[in-house]
Amino acid sequence: MLFVLARRVANIVPTLAAVIAVVFLLFSVLPGSFVSAMNEDGRTTIDPAVMERMRKEMGLDDPLPERFAKYVAHTVVGDLGTSFRTKEPVTKLIGARLWPSLKLVFAAMSIAIAIGVPLGFIAALRPGSAVDTVSMVGAISGLSLSQFWLGLMMMYLFALTLKWLPSFGYGDGGIRYLILPAVALGVGPMALLARTTRAAVLDVLNADFVRTARSKGMSERRVVEWHVMRNALVLVITTIGLQFGSLMGAAVVVEKLFSWPGVGSLLVDSVFQRDIPTVQGCILLIVIFFLVINTLVDMAYVAIDPRIRYR
Amino acid sequence: MRTLLSALAAFALLGAGVADAQQAQTPQAQTPRKGGTIRMTAPYAASFGSLDPQVTPRAQDQIVNQAIHRPLYTWDTANNKLALELATEVKTSADGLTHTYKLRDDVTFHNGRKMTADDVIWSYTRIMDGSKGYPGARYIRVIKGATEVEKGEAKAISGLKKIDDLTLEMTLTERVEPGYYLFAGTTAILPREEVEKANFAANPVGLGPFKFKEHIPGSRVVMERFDKFYKPGKPYADKLEVLIMAEAAARDVAFRNKEIDTSILGPAQYVAYRADPELSKGILEVAEMFTRAITFNNDVKPFNDKRVRQAINYAIDTDLIIKRLVKDKAYRATSWLPPSSAAFDKTVKPYPFDQAKAKKLLAEAGLPNGFEWELTTSQNESWGLPIVEAIIPMLDKVGIKIKPKLVEATVLTEILMKGEHTGLISSNLTGPDSLAVLRSFYSKTPRTAGHYTNFSNPEFDKLLDTAAQEGDTGKRNDLLKQANNLLFEEAPVWFFNYNKAVLAYQPWIHGLQANPTEITHQYPEDIWVDTRPPAK
Repeated sequence: MLFVLARRVANIVPTLAAVIAVVFLLFSVLPGSFVSAMNEDGRTTIDPAVMERMRKEMGLDDPLPERFAKYVAHTVVGDLGTSFRTKEPVTKLIGARLWPSLKLVFAAMSIAIAIGVPLGFIAALRPGSAVDTVSMVGAISGLSLSQFWLGLMMMYLFALTLKWLPSFGYGDGGIRYLILPAVALGVGPMALLARTTRAAVLDVLNADFVRTARSKGMSERRVVEWHVMRNALVLVITTIGLQFGSLMGAAVVVEKLFSWPGVGSLLVDSVFQRDIPTVQGCILLIVIFFLVINTLVDMAYVAIDPRIRYR
Repeated sequence: MRTLLSALAAFALLGAGVADAQQAQTPQAQTPRKGGTIRMTAPYAASFGSLDPQVTPRAQDQIVNQAIHRPLYTWDTANNKLALELATEVKTSADGLTHTYKLRDDVTFHNGRKMTADDVIWSYTRIMDGSKGYPGARYIRVIKGATEVEKGEAKAISGLKKIDDLTLEMTLTERVEPGYYLFAGTTAILPREEVEKANFAANPVGLGPFKFKEHIPGSRVVMERFDKFYKPGKPYADKLEVLIMAEAAARDVAFRNKEIDTSILGPAQYVAYRADPELSKGILEVAEMFTRAITFNNDVKPFNDKRVRQAINYAIDTDLIIKRLVKDKAYRATSWLPPSSAAFDKTVKPYPFDQAKAKKLLAEAGLPNGFEWELTTSQNESWGLPIVEAIIPMLDKVGIKIKPKLVEATVLTEILMKGEHTGLISSNLTGPDSLAVLRSFYSKTPRTAGHYTNFSNPEFDKLLDTAAQEGDTGKRNDLLKQANNLLFEEAPVWFFNYNKAVLAYQPWIHGLQANPTEITHQYPEDIWVDTRPPAK
């Protein structure tokens, strides 16, 4: 187990190095800068001398290799730089958004797992039944729905019409404010999990070892619990891991719609305003989150499937 | 699935126009009431940049900064003119260069200290720090000696002299109205001792009507009434919340659900709100100081020919575009300066839609078969791609073929400054200082300083030179009016529209002002909430 963990952690380092280099280079060649972006709304004018000074202050005119070297040197010691916009450390900006983001992602994923996995299981155990048909139609709909549209419809229904929940915002950070964005974000992964679970279970149900177990006289419940669930879980956990890891970045639309103060909305705002240190910091965080989740998933494989342990 | 069906049903009901009876039946209160919470929205981004007003020129940040901080002057919306904010009187010397201010003696910072002339001098000196990029430097530069500080040649601005704690003498480099320069939010007066502490932007201390309480990044800024505010009896409200809501559709739901008190409207919402018997009662409109136009690069053929520029103005059915695409959320432009400018000429008629005349002008310019033209545009719904798409067939009829070049709004200024455009559609700040605005067409203004057309006309230059020397405001405005009209005739741009800013407000909110400089920049000390409690 420790060997697998060490190997996975060692793999993270080159991945992070590649991400740092690619993000830095991409934003270096992208047209526009923080200074020119100050007039993106057409509502202000910036003096050219001030623009020049801002560029100098932010190091935008320094040679690319010099900027890259500085960026790498700071990043490896955990200094993500200073935001062009707020003049605050990027770590502080991200720190303020991290908890709301994690709350949203964990809530969305909990909804997805709690509904998607059992639904997929039930559908697979009764293939062709009404439950299977309805749940799979629901899953396909869930996958096809735009988060924006679904979120807006939920706002109309649960906030405006039924008056059950607030339509937007972070409020006191309580669950009332979390429900709508979490559901809007969780429906997609939930649908995907339902379909994946169904496919995985059906696959295992048709495997030779299941037939052997049944022929030995093992009860259906025991076959499902001991053989089917455990074997199907590998694919299910892979899907959970991939979805979990990507949700923090994918939450952008939901965060913006519900004015949820997460990392996703910070990232988008920073991209449009060319606040490069913040963009780099946000992407780095999202990538680290993805890699950590996937390392945990790898560890889970080892726990679930002994065959992986001996490889 | 059930959820979705229910949601669709609810949406259909809303579309049918279900009105809120409570809102309609409550009577309007007339006397300002103390107490309550104002919930304004910040619609331009998903976060605030900085709560240090001298650091940020963004409209989004100024919504909050207007409540916490104040500059020396303000814009008097009721009378559509500049007014002293932190001073009670100003005396101007005969040459129009030296201004002596009597500062208010009742201005207190939120930390309890009284404001003095030293604070004004320190704030302006900070802005001129040449090692930093303070956007307000462009305004303070009008004070004698400010440029020397900016260049590092002096420590103090020589044109600023403290007579006593409450008297300040200010000498300018040219004869201009200082209020146009010193009413900008980026020139707000700050307390040095607070700014020099770490994290001023995280704990801003100002002298405005509301003091900072809480900032949840990406969500909201909460402020509380400042009891020692210098305007007696104000502010009325106990609390002011500025909620970040960048998404128009979500703002619409929140406004209808009474979770917010104000909401800026886009064209589609404007139509819906005007059609709604209840919502239409709470709409504030103003022609903002933004002129939407296609900037022709007058350096580039065939735009160096006035007849070609005029032909484009004749060939486009601008009224139709404003009506159909912009949904009447704009006023037809009849000059570069907006209607709120004292130099605006109300008698000028817009270019009529006359394609025969456009063809004739093109033929006279040696282009009887038209020409091909690359038009740079952003995605903006009011002054971007949708407008260009509407123009394409209109200009095609007179032989002008447009190749749209789509770019991010972020890079528009950069393209204009580099002169990389032949034509570019954008929104332009055109107020309130008419002289400064018209200087963006003055031949000696560098392109990087806003002369994006590279328009050159000796007669226009002369009118601006004379206006700059004229001490009499009325005569100066007459000269600027002539220059503005000449510009319209010369057509260095396609004159599209002036933005009609529209702010929807709840029936319990009073005291909002139709601020033409930016409608979201309200004066929260004047706003009050009546006894109708908003639903939670």
